[in-house]
Amino acid sequence: MAAMAAVLRGPGRRFRWRTQALAGGVRGAARGVAAGQQDYDLLVIGGGSGGLACAKEAAQLGRKVAVVDYVEPSPQGTKWGLGGTCVNVGCIPKKLMHQAALLGGMIQDAHHYGWEVAQPIRHDWRKMAEAVQNHVKSLNWGHRVQLQDRKVKYFNIKASFINEHTVCGIAKSGKETLLSADHIVIATGGRPRYPTHIEGALEYAITSDDIFWLKESPGKTLVVGASYVALECAGFLTGIGLDTTVMMRSIPLRGFDQQMSSLVMEHMESHGTQFLKGCIPTCIKRLPDGQLQVTWEDRTSGKKDTGIFDTVLWAIGRIPETRNLNLKEVGVNINPENQKIIVDAQDVTSVPHIYAIGDVAEGRPELTPTAIMAGKLLAQRLFGQSSDLMDYNNVPTTVFTPLEYGCVGLSEEEAVARHGQEHIEMVCLKKPPQLVLGLHFLGPNAGEVTQGFALGIKCGASYAQVMRTVGIHPTCSEEVVKLRISKRSGLDPTVTGC
Amino acid sequence: VKELFSSLGVDCNILELDQLDDGIRVQEMLTEITNQKTVPNIFVNRVHVGGCDRTFQEAAILGKRVLVLDFVVPSPQGTSWGLGGTCVNVGCIPKKLMHQAALLGQALQDSRKFGWEYNQQVKHNWSTLTEAIQNHIGSLNWSYRLSLREKGVTYVNAYGEFVDHHKIKIQQLERGSPGKLKVWAKSTEGPETMEEVYNTVLLAIGRDSCTRKLGLEKIGVKINEKNGKIPVNDTEQTNVPHVYAIGDVLEGKPELTPVAIQAGKLLARRLFGASSEKCDYMSVPTAVFTPLEYGCCGLSEEKAIEVYKKENLEVYHTLFWPLEWTIAGRDNNTCYAKIICHKPDSDRVIGFHILGPNAGEITQGFAAAMKCGLTKQLLDDTIGIHPTCGEVFTTLEITKSSGLDITQKGCG
Repeated sequence: MAAMAAVLRGPGRRFRWRTQALAGGVRGAARGVAAGQQDYDLLVIGGGSGGLACAKEAAQLGRKVAVVDYVEPSPQGTKWGLGGTCVNVGCIPKKLMHQAALLGGMIQDAHHYGWEVAQPIRHDWRKMAEAVQNHVKSLNWGHRVQLQDRKVKYFNIKASFINEHTVCGIAKSGKETLLSADHIVIATGGRPRYPTHIEGALEYAITSDDIFWLKESPGKTLVVGASYVALECAGFLTGIGLDTTVMMRSIPLRGFDQQMSSLVMEHMESHGTQFLKGCIPTCIKRLPDGQLQVTWEDRTSGKKDTGIFDTVLWAIGRIPETRNLNLKEVGVNINPENQKIIVDAQDVTSVPHIYAIGDVAEGRPELTPTAIMAGKLLAQRLFGQSSDLMDYNNVPTTVFTPLEYGCVGLSEEEAVARHGQEHIEMVCLKKPPQLVLGLHFLGPNAGEVTQGFALGIKCGASYAQVMRTVGIHPTCSEEVVKLRISKRSGLDPTVTGC
Repeated sequence: VKELFSSLGVDCNILELDQLDDGIRVQEMLTEITNQKTVPNIFVNRVHVGGCDRTFQEAAILGKRVLVLDFVVPSPQGTSWGLGGTCVNVGCIPKKLMHQAALLGQALQDSRKFGWEYNQQVKHNWSTLTEAIQNHIGSLNWSYRLSLREKGVTYVNAYGEFVDHHKIKIQQLERGSPGKLKVWAKSTEGPETMEEVYNTVLLAIGRDSCTRKLGLEKIGVKINEKNGKIPVNDTEQTNVPHVYAIGDVLEGKPELTPVAIQAGKLLARRLFGASSEKCDYMSVPTAVFTPLEYGCCGLSEEKAIEVYKKENLEVYHTLFWPLEWTIAGRDNNTCYAKIICHKPDSDRVIGFHILGPNAGEITQGFAAAMKCGLTKQLLDDTIGIHPTCGEVFTTLEITKSSGLDITQKGCG
């Protein structure tokens, strides 16, 4: 039987053994169904950036694909539709609120350019939030339509493994569905971490899952954390006129070039964001009028202090969504330190036909574009004739703080660690042709500036080649091709005019 | 090196390391700060110049006597300006600032959609803008004069001399600024005529080279009689060996500030330093700062077809919707990106074009990549930065030749 099935299971063959979805969701009943006789060629768990890209690509290659997506409401009750973190509680709403803040700055600039705008100028959170939320909802809808167009089956159910080829999905109503597939991709992403050991952390505080869906203004806000999520949120909150404080345990933007990170933070400080450095919160209490009283400790002095805020936002990292998948049952290994799924270069987990991509996978950048590309390439390797792997080197990224920071390649610290201090000059290799190892840009439109140079680095650009490129005038990015002063020279890089 | 400085009449502080007690320590220190182990180790004005060879190069620059003559012939309307040339006074700088003023007007409109609330009545005051811009230009004029003085360059504000179709008629109806002008015009394609009254008529029908009144004929420097431009070889030399030309005045070269700056620097280094590096005029990126900005590098589609033939080219393109435009309610099928690839040469990107906000910022990096031999494959292999406009170039799929629809229907 199995041999016959194998013969029949050639590419392009439509004939397929069918398994019945059993009524009542009986665990174990689907055991014993051999590979090649599943409901689907591909089942994707998680309808985010990586999952959807993989599913759509596989469908385009003629396969039978299903996507299951489910959003467990946040402790505050926030939930959202199809599309994953990026669309709903990440990149998209973040950049739109960042833009709202930038526009506030532009209104101030406009005076200098002759625009006469009468005071008072105020910002209405509700109007912005509604506009952002409507846009996100249109994207949710767009994704549903796309899946439909590509004939990808979509289930809004919470999935967990029953056996290697089968998951059981539970809908909000409680109804259970069994789905089986030859190949299963786990792309469940992550969620914000809560410091559960801090009293009041869960009950009274919010995270990035909630901030973009608030109907009312968060008011005076305390952001706890030093990640880009913390700084970006604090940045736009300050920009729209809210009293905002950032509480950090130690350094800002760990893992990023530290010189650039300090500059980002300094800019925020000089533009109205308050910083409590070297402090950790110890408890949150709710006051009778609804405000929150936060107690914290200064790590160096040991001193305790308190403050009152309308909102407290945790931005202390994210944890992968692997706890409720029942991975142990099927033998998919996770890294016990961070709960991420361990994968090889082909995105394969410890179980041959189960894969993991995106934020949930160990050792991958937590970025939308890398997840999308990984998803596409995986589908092409599984169902196309490809053997292309992702190249995770020199992935460009941008932090959308009030003063934006774009970077690609190595930070100064990494470059020194990798090549030795004596071989580094301005994040170029000193040895001719002085390959550019890293590029860091702090300024407006940093993302736009950095993208093209990321291409340059991918082409193996040398310092000389970058310098031979003529600048576009007047822009900010032309400064990159005019870089002459090395840190080693000790010369003053301050611009004194023109 | 000691002789060189003496001949230039430059005062030197000389430290003979072998005659110092702690000479070795000093040498170690020098190695640390300059990464040079050898002597002589030379500093000029506290700047590390290098060893013997380098110093001779730089001294050639140091030692030269340079004169700059700059004079602005007032426009027919009587406008004049200070040191710095077109870019600073009547080009790039004031242009981009006024463009920014216009963009800020657009931003004011957008801002309401993002929740900003203020009086509906928003007016623009022209004189506030021009005063601010002219003050800034004034500061640039000043800093140029300072800079020339610091470098010991002599500057003299004097004029230097070696010894149809579009027919329009303009009548002044009212004097004053801005006054009233009546304009009659005729179509170039049919018999239609038009008549309209304007406060201001601005002619932007091209630029002439300022070469006619330099007395070039007296020294035999040939110019293109039609447009006044000066033809030069690849080292910017005119037909008269010791006379060079750079910038907008050149025949067949881009009229751009950064090109002129690059050419000028390299020319000085070739003449007075020991350099042989020539200016590379190929694939110069540029941007047009229209309300919807246009950035480009390399060949236009027309030129590419002319040079390489259509069958050797593949054009990838897409419309795109900047995220910031979504809530602002601006159209989703206005911004456009395309690349022209040369198929026989590994799909090398020979033309890059983008129409959208911040086009200049986006184009710059891709220009550097094109200088390094950018191909379509490399674009596909590169991860985009999300969410930006520039990332569209990393996901281009649809070719013009396929005829497929590139209109955006919402999300990616």
